[in-house]
Amino acid sequence: MNLRKYLKVYKKFLHTSLASELEYKTNILVDLITAILSLVGSIFLLSIFFQNNGYIGGWKFEQALIIQAIYTILNGITNTWFNPNLTEIVKHIREGTLDFVLLKPIDSQFFISLKKINPSGFLEIMLGFFLLLFCIRINQINLSLSFLSLSLITISCSICILYSLWFFISTTTIWFVKTWNAIEVLRSFLYIGRFPLNSFSFSLRIFFSIFIPIAFITTIPSEVFLGLSQLWKILVEVIVASVFLITSRKFWLFALKFYSSASS
Amino acid sequence: MLEYRVEIALWAISGIIPFFMLNIWTNNNLNESINLSDVMLSRYFLCAFFVRQFSVVWVVFSFEEDSLMGKVSPYLIQPLNPFFRYFAQHLAEQITRFPFALIIAFFFFIFNPESLWIPNLGILFLSIVSTFLSFLIQFLIQSIVACLCFWTEKASSVERLLFIPTLFLSGLLAPVVSFPAYVKSWIYLTPFPYLIDFPANLLSGNETNISGGLSMQILWIFLLFPLFKKIWSEGTKKYTAMGS
Repeated sequence: MNLRKYLKVYKKFLHTSLASELEYKTNILVDLITAILSLVGSIFLLSIFFQNNGYIGGWKFEQALIIQAIYTILNGITNTWFNPNLTEIVKHIREGTLDFVLLKPIDSQFFISLKKINPSGFLEIMLGFFLLLFCIRINQINLSLSFLSLSLITISCSICILYSLWFFISTTTIWFVKTWNAIEVLRSFLYIGRFPLNSFSFSLRIFFSIFIPIAFITTIPSEVFLGLSQLWKILVEVIVASVFLITSRKFWLFALKFYSSASS
Repeated sequence: MLEYRVEIALWAISGIIPFFMLNIWTNNNLNESINLSDVMLSRYFLCAFFVRQFSVVWVVFSFEEDSLMGKVSPYLIQPLNPFFRYFAQHLAEQITRFPFALIIAFFFFIFNPESLWIPNLGILFLSIVSTFLSFLIQFLIQSIVACLCFWTEKASSVERLLFIPTLFLSGLLAPVVSFPAYVKSWIYLTPFPYLIDFPANLLSGNETNISGGLSMQILWIFLLFPLFKKIWSEGTKKYTAMGS
């Protein structure tokens, strides 16, 4: 793989999709208000949970806010990159334009996963970062080099898992053509990531760590922030993330064998 | 509609957030503070799931797609308001979703056998009526938003914005009784608690003001319907077909 070529192509992607998205300026403003309101709403919900209880699943309110912050950042990343691109895959397959992608002298997964960008997601990512900084202050977390690198590792693993989940579902479009509702199911499951895993009953906890690893996505990075995480959990997350990435890649290559263009 | 069985089954599954919320509530004994027993709370969330299944509206997305594709022009020539078309689609899909919702309820009762109950016929009838009214309110609100397509072309982002208060204030994630007093003081004046909280309370047998709730629902419909007619007639005047 020629890294420089891919970087150059990515720059072009950024340029073209930003130019086309900025055509809808009021849309971006509306999306920003939506992101703010949705954060306010989930903090409101959290405050209802903590109304008469000091702890939920062993987490204090200030600690649970970290999960909200990480969720908001990841949701922003989803809205910036995963959502616009992977809904595009569905279109490509339905209309048969995936042919043109496959013909290009560039990796098809790279092309369809990074082609588009939705700038309003950036604002959500920033919102999440502000909340995270605020949480670091109120929880009096000491910033040290090892802490920073660990949190960076876990968050990037979460991004990988999230990406793989989205990519898996979009890949199944090759067989099922319509997958909007499967994406809705994923979205509603991801919603669980707003709350600490320990607040659920044992059976759901198992379900959300083995079948759909939503537990890994937000809870482990938040534990790293609080200095509660054991090393083995971080190792497990790294392993899960790499397994997910590799299988999603393999699955895409496997699925392409079944792709037979539209109307053929 | 029956052609898309898997689709609809998946959609029914995507509505199970209330059950996750129920799990948080009962697992942390949060319901003690609002004087609601585990059984009543689980019935509430099951009913919230049902009400949501039969009041989901997506007319904005259909209308936006149709208007971007230029399909609205032929509809406008027909002597029927195109929103009747969407209305019929929604009703048909609700009927197809019914068996899937029943299956999910069946599994729910297997895991929570103590929360099984049979509402009496009168209550059942009233709650079906109020669920339908809730559907009408949401349909009208979304149709008004959909008419914004005549001006902006991308009305679905406005809908996503409106969905946030609907999600948090309607009682889907937490019953309105549990809200803090500073919210409860004004929330009953908005349409939100009548979308899910009121019908779900009615059906699950939790305490609620039946006549007050129904009359508020009807009041909102009477407020929204003229607004829809107004924005529709303004919008169609403004409308120009694509490429003209």
